[in-house]
Amino acid sequence: MNEQTEKFSEKLLQRAAPGRVEFEDMVVVPLFAVIVALILGAFAMLATDVDLATIGRSYIALVVGSVGSVSAISETLTAATPLVLASLGMAVGFRAGLFNIGAEGQLLIGGMAAVVVGFNFAGMPAYFHLPLALLAGAIAGGLYAGIAGWLRAATGAHEVISTIMLNLMSYLLVDYILSLPVVQREGRADPISKSVLDSAELPRLLEWIDPNLRLHSGLFVMLAAVAFVYWLLFKTTFGFEFRASGANPEAARYAGMRSGLIIVIVMAFAGAMAGLAGANQTLGVLGRATPGFSAGIGFDAIAIALLGRSHPVGVLMAGLLFGALEAGGRQMQVDAGVSVDLIAIIQALIIVFIAAPLLVRKIFPWGFQKKARAGKE
Amino acid sequence: MASTLNPTEPQARKLDTAKVRQARNTGVILILLSVLVAYVFAFGTSGDATFRLSRPNDPWAVPNLVVPAMAFSYIAAAVLAFLGARQFVRGGVRWTGLSMGFGLLLAVAAFLVWATAGKSFSLTGMLQATVVRAVPIALGGLAGVLSERVAVVNIAIEGMLLAGAFTGALVGSLLGGYVGLIAAVAVGGLFGFILAALVITYRVDQIIAGVVLNLFVLGVTSYVSSQVYQEHRFLNDAPVFRPVDIPFLSDIPVIGPMLFQQNIFVYGAFIMVCIATYYLFHTRSGLRARAVGEHPQAADTLGINVYRTRYINVTVAGMVAGFGGAWFTLGSVGRFDEGMTHGLGYIGLAAMIVGRWHPFGALMAALVFGFADSMQQKLALLQTPIPSEFLAMSPYIATIILVAGLIGRARAPAADGQAYIKE
Repeated sequence: MNEQTEKFSEKLLQRAAPGRVEFEDMVVVPLFAVIVALILGAFAMLATDVDLATIGRSYIALVVGSVGSVSAISETLTAATPLVLASLGMAVGFRAGLFNIGAEGQLLIGGMAAVVVGFNFAGMPAYFHLPLALLAGAIAGGLYAGIAGWLRAATGAHEVISTIMLNLMSYLLVDYILSLPVVQREGRADPISKSVLDSAELPRLLEWIDPNLRLHSGLFVMLAAVAFVYWLLFKTTFGFEFRASGANPEAARYAGMRSGLIIVIVMAFAGAMAGLAGANQTLGVLGRATPGFSAGIGFDAIAIALLGRSHPVGVLMAGLLFGALEAGGRQMQVDAGVSVDLIAIIQALIIVFIAAPLLVRKIFPWGFQKKARAGKE
Repeated sequence: MASTLNPTEPQARKLDTAKVRQARNTGVILILLSVLVAYVFAFGTSGDATFRLSRPNDPWAVPNLVVPAMAFSYIAAAVLAFLGARQFVRGGVRWTGLSMGFGLLLAVAAFLVWATAGKSFSLTGMLQATVVRAVPIALGGLAGVLSERVAVVNIAIEGMLLAGAFTGALVGSLLGGYVGLIAAVAVGGLFGFILAALVITYRVDQIIAGVVLNLFVLGVTSYVSSQVYQEHRFLNDAPVFRPVDIPFLSDIPVIGPMLFQQNIFVYGAFIMVCIATYYLFHTRSGLRARAVGEHPQAADTLGINVYRTRYINVTVAGMVAGFGGAWFTLGSVGRFDEGMTHGLGYIGLAAMIVGRWHPFGALMAALVFGFADSMQQKLALLQTPIPSEFLAMSPYIATIILVAGLIGRARAPAADGQAYIKE
């Protein structure tokens, strides 16, 4: 699976940016990162008293659970969809020099707004209701992130701190919203929202094969978003301004770009993407909102944007990899009894190695050109 | 980041108008606060708010503080209005910070009185909890100060706290509290060293390295607690350090219970803040560390080993954070839960910024956060009309407001966040 992805991305990236150094950075380093992370993950299992046979079984389960069957692929794609959406926003932020840790909160707020629109407006036709619910998610997420952007632009408050605070507040805010009588499901004391109406649900795609397959049309939203972000970043003046103010804020200001406005717009866009990811979860997978339905997607999105080098296509590939790890990890827990939290370790290790090309070069001196340049920070 | 050392004329004037505008804004905020206090807290409130200052078996009993709620709120509103109007009309740049601080204090006091009107409530208990809750934030902030003074941004504090909490619980369960504490400090130091290696030697982007370390620690600790602790509960049952009374001092009313009836983590945090202040501002190596943070090239030219200074400071910062992390387990509940630090490391980072990269500043900011945190806990018991979720948000809102710089813009060390490549 990984190799296939790597080959595909290699082909694409070579067309986009040929050259040996890029090839090493884009393909060899990620490949080594994945392999080393899996090996170190095995050591982690050994250290916690898991025997070798179980380790073997768990890695087989990891592969089978991610790409081994139609249902596995459906699960992988279902898991990858919100990850890619949220990290596209993150990638745009990185390109503009903004570090938005707040995807988790934006995702919660966006998903919540989508649910509220989704269970209201009974009788509205689906071709109107569904886009409306998705739009509500995007707008709510965008506004929530816009707070952090505005704070940064107006007062200089660092977005890392303010988005983290907004994350922590979003959990409480969702708890509060879920306890409101207009949102809480009738006859329930626990925090759970009413169910999304059929007209606002993202239709399932593979129900004709097996009604249990969860893959839904959010996939198309995600693919459209990838294309849109690619177009935005590389084909529009806006995107150029984003990238310019990320690469060199001073120069961008001298060139007449309004840095404050760009910050707010980029943050709002990142939030809208995260909100869309949240809407995708609530309208496509869960059908309702409960506390913590974000399930750490917003934090994984950071890692994916880093792994995908903030390039829309890279993000797509990285998101598929993480989706596969997640789907496979659940299978691993069922088959081998190894906690799914192991996946978090493997993911973190992958990012360490991706982020530190110098480290990978040191561990694996082969596979690189002899006169390899120092890694590009 | 570019600091204007010699502002030219128009720039200086621009700065001045900005300051005057800030003073005006402060005035508007204070007047709004006064309206809020008058209409929401004073209007229709009756009864006395009783604040208990001492507990039944304290050696020197202090009578309760009884405040008539309505009168207090109106007086507070009047003072706030006066301060705001003065600030707005005169645009007094000099008094902006002071008026703002005093105004906020008054507003918080009015809020407390309003919430307790007709009831009684232990002020001393709340202040004691304030100090306790400030400990991990202060230690996190101190860790941030130590590493950012040598220009290494340390987002990984959260992970170091979590690692310290985990190690403290694990080793503490097996070998006792003191060994657990030492192990927590050592593991914190290890993560500090790893962070240093990643950002200094391997030149990983500092924020990325920090985020990754956080993810890694969260992954490892969650993995072990779900994989191992489920079956072997004895591995997660550590002794807790009990409060130690300091003779005589602990008998002082209010201040005694607040500062001198605490466990070693509280004392440790205070001592470390003092040592760090002395180290950074009164020793030769502290001066060198700050030089590395401000201008590494210059420091290098003078023969200071930039890399070694950074390694040492970031490792020590990790040890401080590891000590703070042990507070979560050995200092309070004795067992580890997944993700039990709940973002306090990030709040510590905010405390560092609010405290202007000074250990004492970070401590003071941490006390403010601790106060917000313990206040929301106590108020949840008093059953105010405000939903508990919004009360629980107050520390986070306080963080945002403080970082947004109502108190004034702080300046980070000049080279903060940049890798240094020796030529």
